[in-house]
Amino acid sequence: MRRRRFRLYSLRSSGINPSGFHPSQIPFYLILAPLVAFMLLPIIFIFSTAFKPLEELFAYPPRFFVVNPTLKNSRDLLSLMSISDVPVTRYLFNSIVVTLASMVASLFISSAAAYALSKKRFRLKQTLFAVNTVALMFVPIAVTIPRFLIIAKTGLIDSFLVHILPGLAMPVGVFLLKQFMDTVPNEVIEAAQIDGASDLQIYWRIILPMVRPALATMAILTFQATWNNADTSALYINIESLKTFAFYLSTLSATTAGANPVAGQGMAAAAALIMFLPNLIIFIFLQSQVMSTMSHSGLKG
Amino acid sequence: MKAMGNSFRAWLHREGSAYTFLAPYAILFIVFIVVPVIAAVLLSFTYFDTIQFPQFIGLRNYITLLTQDDIFMKYVLPNTIEFAVIVGPGGYMLAFLLAWMLAQLPRLPRTILALILYSPSMTSSVTMAVVWQTLFSGDQNGYLNSYLLNLGLIQETIQWLQSPQYLMPIMIVVTLWSSMGVGFLAMLAGILDINPELYEAAAIDGMSSRWQEIFYITIPSMKPQMLFGAVMAIVGTFQAGAIGVALSGANPTPQYAGQLIVNHIEDYGFLRYEMGYAAAISVVLLLMVLFFTRLANRLFRSEEER
Repeated sequence: MRRRRFRLYSLRSSGINPSGFHPSQIPFYLILAPLVAFMLLPIIFIFSTAFKPLEELFAYPPRFFVVNPTLKNSRDLLSLMSISDVPVTRYLFNSIVVTLASMVASLFISSAAAYALSKKRFRLKQTLFAVNTVALMFVPIAVTIPRFLIIAKTGLIDSFLVHILPGLAMPVGVFLLKQFMDTVPNEVIEAAQIDGASDLQIYWRIILPMVRPALATMAILTFQATWNNADTSALYINIESLKTFAFYLSTLSATTAGANPVAGQGMAAAAALIMFLPNLIIFIFLQSQVMSTMSHSGLKG
Repeated sequence: MKAMGNSFRAWLHREGSAYTFLAPYAILFIVFIVVPVIAAVLLSFTYFDTIQFPQFIGLRNYITLLTQDDIFMKYVLPNTIEFAVIVGPGGYMLAFLLAWMLAQLPRLPRTILALILYSPSMTSSVTMAVVWQTLFSGDQNGYLNSYLLNLGLIQETIQWLQSPQYLMPIMIVVTLWSSMGVGFLAMLAGILDINPELYEAAAIDGMSSRWQEIFYITIPSMKPQMLFGAVMAIVGTFQAGAIGVALSGANPTPQYAGQLIVNHIEDYGFLRYEMGYAAAISVVLLLMVLFFTRLANRLFRSEEER
């Protein structure tokens, strides 16, 4: 028995999820290193360009890495007016409001739906969950046109709500939350019912605290979808001051940003950095929660 | 009448609370997913120029699409298939292999490397087009041109994003770059969750190679995650269709080299206002997604459900 345990331990350090370094891992590092470097390159490029002073942007031949970093690009960007006289900070403000509102709303709406699909008993439960699972393969971009017609009919054009409402129908979020809620034992809920807890109390006091990792994942997915969304502003918003920062970035092109194309590169990179950084920071904080949610992401087919 | 009222009340008592929790999501789901899909199908049988009421024309849109739309048959469909096959299954296998290799590493390096691989997917490559335009800029100030000139690999600058033969490969690289998303994380979690005893048992039974391990233990043990990853890969691939227009800055793309089905929809819908025809192309796109998802379903269905 003793020998067997020793054997298992020694195998574990070289197999899946090892506890420490083992020479057998070297090939994996060697294969992963160039791939990871390639993935990292554009991101380093954004950082580097965003902090380049004007003379380095003009330098020929162009240098990849910044030598004397400066915050000038970001400062210029934030004091800039768009072609239609809307300050760039206004786009940024819109993005922040829209993203925060979407995150709060989608956490409540999706978790409530997931609670019903996971823990309540009703006749259509299996069917409705199956419908949501089919909707995982929904490609929003395919129905841009009917969506446009519907949004025009409902009078949502040019309203702030159009930034928020369509994104709240997020099948993958409900799916992940429901799968995670399935791991909450029914006994916990039955015990609470015996103590006289109402549905709302069970949802609020028991379920939500127990599925925090899935809520964190949901928050990240909503953040990414809303913060990066340029299409809504492009399609449904005609009033310039109601558009978002992602839209502003998507209208920039290397040649039109700012008065000078080369100086524009620096500001465009600064804008790209502003788009990217919040995503990265949030994910770093929540990554372990996301991974534990993904353990329950399986699709039975 | 009274009995009906009573049974309704009984139903309300029994299932009312479930539907109350479900209602807000269900309403949004119906308005923004179900109705648009139904509307796309209905509109696809009509002629609709957004001004007059849609006129029923039967299958004519589909017939035109299949028999008369030269651009669709000559460029859009082959481009879409090329793009989808490389980015879809290619990206998916890459995601699995990367996840599998990461799973062989200890926690800290694994987390850092996974973060780096995942971070491109946090950006939207369409929104980020301006960054790519700088990297692939066509003059000698463009980074790629400048390096290749320096290395002596090319003699004169190349208009990367405007030349038909380079646009598609660049679209594929850019999309693959940002495709290690939720599906990749799900597969990584799936691999890490496999009970290590399965590997022990196989080793005792004489399984020696890592490839055997992958095909006989890893993949069969995580079929649900494989399927989830596949669905995410398919959706991501078709959703990424706007990239060619974003990179080249024009719809249609230069000589239709990067024209994908999504761009064709926008071309007809928002540039020519032929909404009925655009809807027919949308339906074809949805059917393609459905077909590939069913295929993935076949491959990774869990045994007990067969």
